[in-house]
Amino acid sequence: MKQPHLLIHRYKWYEIIGIYAGILVFLTFVLAPFVEGFLVSLKPLSQLFSSPYRFIPENGSFEAYRTMWVSVPGFARYIFNSFFISTIVTAVVLVLVVPASYAFARFEFKGAGLLLGAFLAVNMFSGAVLLIPLFRLMRTLGLLNTYFAIMVPGVAFLIPSAIWLLRTYMMRIPRELDEAAFVDGASHFYTLRRVILPIAMPGIMVVAITTFIGSYAQQFIFALTFNSKSEFAPLPVGLFAYFGRQEVVWNELMAASFVGIAPAMIVIFFLQRYLVSGLTAGAVKQ
Amino acid sequence: MSVQRNAVIFAWILLLPAVLYVAVIVAYPLVDTFILSFTDASLKKTTNWVGWVNYSKIFNATFAEVIIRTFIWTFFSVSIKMIIGVFGATMLNSAVPGRALFRVLTMPPWIVPMAIGIFMWGWMYNGQFGMISGMLQRFGLVDAPVAFLAQGSTAFWATIITDVWIGVPLVTLYMLAAMQAIPQDLYEAAWTDGAGRFYRFRRITLPLIVPSMITMSMLSLIATFNSFDIIWILTRGGPSGETTTMIIDTYKTAIGSNKYGEGAARAVLICIFLSIFCVCYFRVTSRLTSGDKR
Repeated sequence: MKQPHLLIHRYKWYEIIGIYAGILVFLTFVLAPFVEGFLVSLKPLSQLFSSPYRFIPENGSFEAYRTMWVSVPGFARYIFNSFFISTIVTAVVLVLVVPASYAFARFEFKGAGLLLGAFLAVNMFSGAVLLIPLFRLMRTLGLLNTYFAIMVPGVAFLIPSAIWLLRTYMMRIPRELDEAAFVDGASHFYTLRRVILPIAMPGIMVVAITTFIGSYAQQFIFALTFNSKSEFAPLPVGLFAYFGRQEVVWNELMAASFVGIAPAMIVIFFLQRYLVSGLTAGAVKQ
Repeated sequence: MSVQRNAVIFAWILLLPAVLYVAVIVAYPLVDTFILSFTDASLKKTTNWVGWVNYSKIFNATFAEVIIRTFIWTFFSVSIKMIIGVFGATMLNSAVPGRALFRVLTMPPWIVPMAIGIFMWGWMYNGQFGMISGMLQRFGLVDAPVAFLAQGSTAFWATIITDVWIGVPLVTLYMLAAMQAIPQDLYEAAWTDGAGRFYRFRRITLPLIVPSMITMSMLSLIATFNSFDIIWILTRGGPSGETTTMIIDTYKTAIGSNKYGEGAARAVLICIFLSIFCVCYFRVTSRLTSGDKR
């Protein structure tokens, strides 16, 4: 937080124009689909299917946001499913990962490096590669076409990066703290619960957020393959079924997408500070 | 002595749940994939050991094409992500007003469920009524509507661009963090010596972010190689297989036509490629870290 020297940061006028032009081009690429998607959701269908293309809607309205609830009957259910699945997945990941990260951060035991490496290697395989045996496993366990079919594999693939992030965070907590507790006669478990957990809370929050987002993003393939019941379908798959139809009602699809992502967007705005540090914490300082 | 031993036992108790979970849901399926790849497993009740048949079956001209296509697709996707990401990070790293806001605005493609971002692109690529074709026509760059997802050559690039779009936020934020970790005094020293902005970028920023660039390229290479949702939603590997990458091909074989054995053989090949990437990665990073003496 030291005050940077101001002179070095003083830009010439053409440099400022260059930087803002660069940012404009960059953000246009990043945000164009959202702008277009939003405008599409406002356009009446007749205008969408007319040439020549018009970017700005004429007599735009929020009609699609009303009609979509009728056209996609399960819509509310899909949103609920997405949230429900991601919440449970995040909770399970945290329960598994918090103790494991503490073990990796604090204890020296034989094979620690190897085991950590093995966990990280899991990151290499996406669910897509292991889909066939996972399908058989889910069938054997009788989990096909249930919420569990989407949650159980989801948890496994989110564990490695969560361990990596949280371990890095916990390693920064001064060792003296646990040693002091230990000298005072506290058990290992008590130290973890009463000393480490409260201090690691911000780090656990970051892991919870990134896991939640990750779970929301990865639901698609598991739900598509392991679940064929629409009452358990999360939002992406529910909309995909709708998207696959012959006559796609684009304005409603976009409206539904926006309603579906609104909660995630609100989360970003409140938690973006944590997110940036969370994404990069495990990475830069190695 | 016994305190030490207690600590080790406690560590293992902490680790056990996570280890068991990953063993059952990832390690076991991995082993199962290898075993399945030597069988004719399908929807039938009986499964026979068939040896190398699945492997010899997949080595044909079409599959060679799929492999080459996967590598080209991955190569361009990762390179473009890195170029745009480093460019974006450099811009966001400038001390101009509003950069905190710009940083937040970078995140949506990463935060939104992937499938939903892809739906938006699906409409933008629409031939008759989509935005991209419409804009190109308006500016007179093309005469007739272009249905990007209906022709192999454009569909190939369309899927790459969507993949880049989804990956760029993470690369940008990661590279930005790498740039911000560079000590300010380096820039100040160079500045006192009269080094210009471009010179400082080329001689300080670029060399110091190389390790992070390698890490990010590697992570992004693995993610891109595994990329499924984008192609499946946009083209399902079509038209006539021209966007079929190895993952899509595996999915079509295994889940689409229920040929688990043949699908598993394809999955094994993917695992082998991924392992090679990882080995290369560790080689490169260990050389880098042994290079600078600490």
